[in-house]
Amino acid sequence: MIAEAMAQEPGSELIAETHVPDAEHAGGFPPFDANTFESQIVWLVLSFLALYFLMSRVALPRIATVLEERRDRIADDLDQAAQFKRQTDEAIEAYEKALAEARAKAHEIAQETRDRLHEETERQRLAIEARLAEKISEAEKQIAATKEAALANVRSVAVDVADAIVVQLLGEADRSASERAVDTELK
Amino acid sequence: MATGAEQTGGGFPVDPLHQFVVQPLIPLNIGGLDASFTNASLWMVVTVVAVTLFTTLGMRSGAMVPGRMQSVVESFYTFIANMVRDNAGHDAMKFFPFIFSLFAFIFFANMIGMFPYAFTVTSHIVVTFALAAVVFVGVTLTGFALHGVKFLKVFVPSGVPVALLPLVVAIEVISYFSRPISHSVRLFANMLAGHIMLKVFAGFVLTFMTMGAVGYLGMILPLFMIVCLTALEFLVAALQAYVFTILTCMYLHDALHPGH
Repeated sequence: MIAEAMAQEPGSELIAETHVPDAEHAGGFPPFDANTFESQIVWLVLSFLALYFLMSRVALPRIATVLEERRDRIADDLDQAAQFKRQTDEAIEAYEKALAEARAKAHEIAQETRDRLHEETERQRLAIEARLAEKISEAEKQIAATKEAALANVRSVAVDVADAIVVQLLGEADRSASERAVDTELK
Repeated sequence: MATGAEQTGGGFPVDPLHQFVVQPLIPLNIGGLDASFTNASLWMVVTVVAVTLFTTLGMRSGAMVPGRMQSVVESFYTFIANMVRDNAGHDAMKFFPFIFSLFAFIFFANMIGMFPYAFTVTSHIVVTFALAAVVFVGVTLTGFALHGVKFLKVFVPSGVPVALLPLVVAIEVISYFSRPISHSVRLFANMLAGHIMLKVFAGFVLTFMTMGAVGYLGMILPLFMIVCLTALEFLVAALQAYVFTILTCMYLHDALHPGH
């Protein structure tokens, strides 16, 4: 069939080829040369169908797969990053909670120590005050005794003085009378 | 450029249309169907091979952290995936392989066409129209398959006064059926015009070169223009592939969600 075509076609072709280029398309404008339409359409259909099948069956699915894999991978990585972020947040939260707890505990311990010290001081103060009060009462007692003793002396001194005065005035004195007089005055 | 040397005298040194001539490399006739393997066919095959190598070799390692080539392939993929999702909706993703193939085919064909001596597959109306027709028929069939008669709502914009409705529906119908034409002519004309312009300025350079010393001075301007136009053509090549694809997405959006 090809041989037949060869025999048929080249004749006209050769004639066309031997013309000078100017005369080659003297019949018109090459894109409007209807003689070439048939073969162009045949080869356009063949080549475009081939391209369509190559693209839709081979090339495009492969590109789509690669792009999809990448998209999935990126989505996964973002998910993972979000998860890590969540973990970090949790860790920070836990840390802050621990810190707050530690702070509260430290405060508590400080308060306790302060209370304990306060209590002890109070206790010591009370003891010292008790001791002091005891000493004071003892001293007061002693003072009272001393005062009493002093008061007793006052009587004898007063009797002596009265006696002496009476002696000076009267030349003689009755000691017991003086004592009576002093006692009456001291009452 | 060899053609320039052959043609002397008053003729333009380069034939700007020669680059669009379809020449059979292996004449073939299968059951009365002309299936000759032409230079156009060759570059279609080159385009398919280039796209396939780009998308498979770039992803060969399938690494989790992509290398340079893999990043390019992935950007290409996500660019089109986003385009489909944004312009046609999530339910259009089942057409993603088709739209990806469409964009890759046009983009690579346009870019390969920028190489000197390469044939620009998309500079032929029959190719762009065939692609646009596939989109048009596909979109229309999808619309009817999904929505039945309700798909006709695509011709009836909501919120239009009843008095204006016949006019608006007529306009919508005309615009709907002119879609494949504008869709295909836009790509075809852009590629064709750009390549012709490059060739014309190249011709100017050659013409000046034959003029001797003064000509060498004079050719600087067209040469500079070629450099600028080449940059522009790369932009156009990418942009037109994008435009073709985004329009496809929009048409698909209409089919999936009729009624504006």
